[in-house]
Amino acid sequence: MPIFNIVIAGVGGQGVLMASRVLAESALASGLDIKQNEVHGMAQRGGSVISFVRMGEKVASPVVMPGSADLLISFEPLEALRYLHYLKPGGRLVYNKISINPSTVAAGLAVYPDDVEDQIAASCGNALGVDALAIAREAGNGKAVNMVMVGTVLKNLPLEEEVVTEVVKQVSKEKGVEVNLRALAGGAAA
Amino acid sequence: MKKIISGNEAIALGFTDGGGVFASGYPGTPSTETLEEVARLGEVYCEWAANEKVALEAAIGGSIAGGRSLATMKHVGVNVAADPLMTLTYTGVNAGLILMVADDPGMHSSQNEQDSRHYARFAKIPMLDPADSQDAYDMVRTAFEISEQFDTPVMLRTTTRISHAKGVVVPREKISPQVGEWVKDVPKYVMLPNFGKIKHVEVEERLLKLREYAETTPLNRVEMGDTELGIITSGVSYQHVREAFPNASVLKLGLVHPLPERKIREFAGSVKRLMVVEEMDAIFEEQIRAMGIEVEIGKNKLPLCGEINADLIRAALGDPVAEAAAPVEGLPQRPPVFCPSCAHRGLFTILSKLKTFVSGDIGCYTLGALPPMGAMHSVIDMGASISAAHGMARVNAIAGRDEKPVAVIGDSTFFHSGMTGLLSLAFNGGNALVIIMDNRATGMTGGQENPGTGKTLQGNPTRQVDMVPLVKALGIDNVFELNTYDLAATEAAIKKGLETPGPYVLIDRNPCVLRYKIRKPAMTVDQDKCTGCRACLKVACMALGLTASGERPKVQVDPNVCNGCGVCRQMCKFDAMHEIEGENNANL
Repeated sequence: MPIFNIVIAGVGGQGVLMASRVLAESALASGLDIKQNEVHGMAQRGGSVISFVRMGEKVASPVVMPGSADLLISFEPLEALRYLHYLKPGGRLVYNKISINPSTVAAGLAVYPDDVEDQIAASCGNALGVDALAIAREAGNGKAVNMVMVGTVLKNLPLEEEVVTEVVKQVSKEKGVEVNLRALAGGAAA
Repeated sequence: MKKIISGNEAIALGFTDGGGVFASGYPGTPSTETLEEVARLGEVYCEWAANEKVALEAAIGGSIAGGRSLATMKHVGVNVAADPLMTLTYTGVNAGLILMVADDPGMHSSQNEQDSRHYARFAKIPMLDPADSQDAYDMVRTAFEISEQFDTPVMLRTTTRISHAKGVVVPREKISPQVGEWVKDVPKYVMLPNFGKIKHVEVEERLLKLREYAETTPLNRVEMGDTELGIITSGVSYQHVREAFPNASVLKLGLVHPLPERKIREFAGSVKRLMVVEEMDAIFEEQIRAMGIEVEIGKNKLPLCGEINADLIRAALGDPVAEAAAPVEGLPQRPPVFCPSCAHRGLFTILSKLKTFVSGDIGCYTLGALPPMGAMHSVIDMGASISAAHGMARVNAIAGRDEKPVAVIGDSTFFHSGMTGLLSLAFNGGNALVIIMDNRATGMTGGQENPGTGKTLQGNPTRQVDMVPLVKALGIDNVFELNTYDLAATEAAIKKGLETPGPYVLIDRNPCVLRYKIRKPAMTVDQDKCTGCRACLKVACMALGLTASGERPKVQVDPNVCNGCGVCRQMCKFDAMHEIEGENNANL
């Protein structure tokens, strides 16, 4: 198979890294080589976060180049727009519709565009927006947004759904397993 | 068994599996997780040092006492540790000694972009440069072997995309740690001039032997492919090269100092065009050119600044890159920001209001320099806040300017190298207001323990340094506590500190809300009382926002983000903000 490139974007604190880990472990469990990479360092909440997951028979670089992502998963609409250029033509975008104000907007220094979703629709013909927070809360915990987002792309991955489900079970803390599995299923049904 | 681990985790595992006995380090992105992982694995003793110099010196002691030792730090940490390093190269080692240094090309979380390969040349010691997690794992063991075989410290250098990138690692058979003799050897370990003169000769001889080793070691690997193009590279650049040109001939350098001259000459002679791909400085290229070998493509086509990637390499050779839409322009930036309810917010709200010069330091509070606060005016290195403020005050006095500088520093940075600055300030009768934000966490790197937290790297209880008596012992009489959640009291305390001549220290003891998971009920805004004056927005909290519509938009609080510190409420003159009892959804 050709290398499958995934970009995951969001805001610090949303669980982008855990979602990346689930995808990477699922690829390994499927017998694929993987490279996963995100830039972290500033521990604070609120900064823009971008993570790359690459899977295939043999993966060299840990970095996804613009124009080459098969899949963009964004935990926030503005971040979807910010990293949309990473998608290859026809690539799939799934994004969480719940917005989070950047500090620049919170401080009144910038305005959150009110047409983010229209701009996404205009530039990407293969986009899906979901209310991941509502689905996560329905599953039992608003923090399970990351598992909802993984659920939304299950059909787009070159992986068996059962493998991903098994990995989610393994990486979840004991009391979180049921919530995470419901969040995953809720995302898949969205 | 195969595992997916980061380069840092791989080094930790390689150290644990490779006979490691002792590790010390200071947190610094992107190196931090290495020591945390050694601690998590739990088999080898490790500890956080107060700074990188202490960490390397402790590792030197460990080596002299006969245990394989490791010191970890980020690139700028080596500047702090450079003093022991430059003499350690003379003494050599007893048991193997590795200095792991993590560079940060692209400056994802650093104040500069220095290339640590210079240090290996400067210190005349070998340096290994892993290209993925497996390499990082394997090279720890090789580095110990080189260290012991050649009686030299070895630098193991990563970059952000090695330290933080995860890949598949297959661990090797474990070596059980052996502790050798604790040797007394005065001419080897006492660097008086007469002994040092002898050792310098040995350093030069050692380098010649290492040059021979470089020619034959499998660390330096030729992968012959199409002879039209040959590329010399190392580290993560090797992966980008393989991505861009899977069929090219490649000389992958694992040992990046000293370079294998004959091997390079042979490789260059076997390809038509020679390219050198290295991030940051032209260290390979300059040495290869000095060998009289022509480099057709190098820094003439590739940048000195920032990271290299597959597209830059393709473009350097005029190859097409994947067509990508242009990034959408004009989107609001999303820089990192103080966490909701962080104690730094109140401090910088007041410093911004007072418009005083703030000499800053390295930590979360450096974000106080960003808009809308803009309340930090110089940041150089760990500890510079206090010493630079002292220099400013001296020149201000000479110029007849009646303005006292403020220095802001965190607890971990204060212990690292702020204490000496404060001692010097007191010694010289300086005139600065020093604010120590003692949140008992090394926050920016993820909340690591430090001498003020009362816990070791493993989380075990230990002696907690008492900040107030410490500051007094350094020679400061005016030491007062500060509570930055109370804006009026904070303003009064800072004004008093600025009006009182001489050294003056304020210590805020509010803990890091992220590290200690402190939760408070969220706030809400009474839309009837809010006038849309935006005074509260000056606190720069991402929980606040304006209602989208209306001529004069009002403020609202995002209950999913607010952590109820109430600093914004104190900015409101219309009593429009109050707590929602029992409600806290903040996803800290």
